[in-house]
Amino acid sequence: MSEFQTFTMNFGPQHPAAHGVLRLVLEMEGEVIYKTDPHIGLLHRGTEKLAESKTFNQSIGYMDRLDYVSMMCNEHAYVLAIEKLLGVTPPLRAKYIRVMFDEITRILNHLLWLGAHALDVGAMTVFLYCFREREDLMDCYEAVSGARMHATYYRPGGVYRDLPDSMPKYKPSKWHNERETRKRNEWREGSLLDFIEHFSESFPDRVDEYETLLTENRIWKQRTVGIGTVSPERALALGFTGPMLRGSGIEWDLRRKQPYEVYDDLNFEIPIGGNGDCYDRYLVRIEELRQSTKIIRQCVDWLRSNPGPVMLEDGKVDPPRREIMKRDMESLIHHFKLFSEGYCVPEGEVYAAVEAPKGEFGAYIVSDGANKPYRLKLRAPGFVHISALDEMVRGHMVADLVAIIGNQDIVFGEVDR
Amino acid sequence: MLQNYLTVLIFIGAGIAIGAILIVVGLLLAPHRPDDEKDSPYECGFEPFDDSRLRFDIRYYLVAILFIIFDLEIAFLFPWAVSLQKIGLTGLFAMAVFLAILIVGFIYEWKRGAMEWE
Amino acid sequence: MQHFAGYFVSAWGAIPAWVQYLLFTLGKILAIAVPVILSVAYLTYAERKVIGYMQSRIGPNRVGFRGLLQPFADVIKLMMKEVVFPANANRYLFFIAPVLSMMPAIAAWVVVPFFPNGSAANVNAGLLLILALTSLGIYGIIISGWASNSKYAFLGAMRSAAQMVAYEIAMGFAIVGVLMAAQTLNLGQIIQHQSGAFWHWYFIPLAPLVVVYFVSAVAETNRLPFDVAEGESEIVAGFHVEYSGMAFAVFFLAEYANMILVSALASIMFFGGWLSPFEGIPYIGAPSAGWLFLKIGILLFLMLWFRATFPRYRYDQIMRLGWKVFIPVTLVWIFVEGAFLIVHLPPWFS
Repeated sequence: MSEFQTFTMNFGPQHPAAHGVLRLVLEMEGEVIYKTDPHIGLLHRGTEKLAESKTFNQSIGYMDRLDYVSMMCNEHAYVLAIEKLLGVTPPLRAKYIRVMFDEITRILNHLLWLGAHALDVGAMTVFLYCFREREDLMDCYEAVSGARMHATYYRPGGVYRDLPDSMPKYKPSKWHNERETRKRNEWREGSLLDFIEHFSESFPDRVDEYETLLTENRIWKQRTVGIGTVSPERALALGFTGPMLRGSGIEWDLRRKQPYEVYDDLNFEIPIGGNGDCYDRYLVRIEELRQSTKIIRQCVDWLRSNPGPVMLEDGKVDPPRREIMKRDMESLIHHFKLFSEGYCVPEGEVYAAVEAPKGEFGAYIVSDGANKPYRLKLRAPGFVHISALDEMVRGHMVADLVAIIGNQDIVFGEVDR
Repeated sequence: MLQNYLTVLIFIGAGIAIGAILIVVGLLLAPHRPDDEKDSPYECGFEPFDDSRLRFDIRYYLVAILFIIFDLEIAFLFPWAVSLQKIGLTGLFAMAVFLAILIVGFIYEWKRGAMEWE
Repeated sequence: MQHFAGYFVSAWGAIPAWVQYLLFTLGKILAIAVPVILSVAYLTYAERKVIGYMQSRIGPNRVGFRGLLQPFADVIKLMMKEVVFPANANRYLFFIAPVLSMMPAIAAWVVVPFFPNGSAANVNAGLLLILALTSLGIYGIIISGWASNSKYAFLGAMRSAAQMVAYEIAMGFAIVGVLMAAQTLNLGQIIQHQSGAFWHWYFIPLAPLVVVYFVSAVAETNRLPFDVAEGESEIVAGFHVEYSGMAFAVFFLAEYANMILVSALASIMFFGGWLSPFEGIPYIGAPSAGWLFLKIGILLFLMLWFRATFPRYRYDQIMRLGWKVFIPVTLVWIFVEGAFLIVHLPPWFS
């Protein structure tokens, strides 16, 4: 082999399969990769440091921008940590809303993952099908928070607003006439819950559609079966979480193992894989799409029959309702204090984690009793996964590298923070 | 007959001309403002580590040899196929022997693992 | 009027024969190259529309009625774009490469018969000529990969070479199958041999070869699922990563012209070219160029459909498919066909 040269090649950040700003330095011999050296930090925005100089609530919006495809799950971990420090519990309805939106977020994330992964492997139609459904879910985000991605919806002590009674609608335009528009708005006539119910009814069929294109496709199988195999022991040793770990056959899901919010009362299953290759992780995530739909359905049913407050109403952590504030002096003071100074939390250290779509997303807060964290540390699942990239890719070809990156579900917002 | 081949030759010339003319038109119409960054070879936004004209293992040397043999074989098959009606059963049998020898070699290479790339 | 016509006739007679021939050939070139380039333009439009609808979107719809002028907008844009020559590129080869890949895509049309006796040059060794010409196209790709001095382009060129090695033979064998059936290299005569209604066409006795030929053709034109030489998400754009402006457009043009060419060849060799599937029935049974275009259109649609459906093969898997599946299949089928010939299997071999 000595007459051949190994060579070093830059892969990314300016690369269609680099998922944002991943830069890999590859050492290759022909097409075969011997060493992968990920260079991260191109999307570093100093979220953890920024949070130290802002009141607790002001940082919620930063959490959305970490893993920018599973926005509300990031908020959830951060908000849970603050609640733990404060020792408050949100109303039950808020918990259900959070769970419902966590699962909507999981579907959002897995849809983007599926689309991008398939596109990396060359099947471009799946990408557009996934985005069609993502559009509907984004509308749910929009209905509830006004923003389609960076919602800033969760608050310590609940969620910002109750679910709205109406959905945003399409308007007729040059490209869509009256009749078409009416058809597009068909689901959107009722409340948000009606819309989500419509979605959860039709979504399993859509998942079947994606599966028709991929699951039994011979080329897809050739490209994913046996690629990037990780044994259960290695997966644990490397610190994998989420579908990456479950794909290797280890049944570990925070929703079941350390139940938070109302996951205890919900009926769903945790899919696990057997071989720990890209194909198994694909199947696990596809099944999670179906399970999440099931959870959403249960939440919708519960939320329909149990109206009530969605935020704590003591005025110490969450602002009073506006109409009360106009009449009541004390509420006005609460409002002023909350929006100028924020609230102080007791001294202490706390870690709270949620099962984000990509794995365990945790927030570790050290508080010195002030109105802002002394130190905030975020545990991003993607960071752990990308550090195993070298091991997963070694000996594979460039085409497999692309499949593995896509399969890992890397988002640089959270890796670089 | 020969004039037909002249037409073919002219068409080949035309094919070259069309490609060349299109590019030249592009060169004439488009601006030309080179700078160092623009002209650097694409390597995902970073400076390349080394020259790209290097020798590396593409792992199909044996297959390339096999390719040459089979490509020649096809060249033999062409006239044979065209005149099969005239040479009849004898011709078919002769070609069967010739193909069989090649196939033995093909199977041998297959078993030796010349067609495995990992 | 009469006077002018007569003037022209006498003027035509007055010029020397070789000039006449040259003008006549020039006319043929225009009559073939212009429609080919136009169909390439509208093939790109059709691709975007067809795949668009397959992917629940609508494709280009802004330039002209329903986006029909989009290809021209694209061409004008590409003409105005700078052709960047990379710093360490071999400028001469860099320029030659797209021209080289364009040449066979145009020149091969010279022997394609559009209707009875309707080819620019009725050459006896037509099929051999096409096989030789299309093999040249690969040099354009390899040269471009080498000349660009970019690793991504180089990888693309290498992959392209690997692919060529795998599929050229399978394609060759498939063509040998057609030759055995038709006993001629002349494309027009190959069609004549298939006359009769559609059950006389070669796609029935040569069914495995049709599949092998068409898949190899898709591979040779670098289309999904075999587009490893371009591999958008792997090696960015492969061999033409450094090309921009018209230099890129010529590569693009060549790829699409080749798509049309291989579809035309497949329809001629296996689906009876200009012949009507309903031969014998008056009016719709008549042979015409329309049938050929219809067949080409269907095959092109299949290619677009593949692109919307399949993921991409890895390049070693492509090699494996070529060597371990296609070549054995074709070899076996050539023997089977030999048996057909001996027993004079009607209606194809009688």
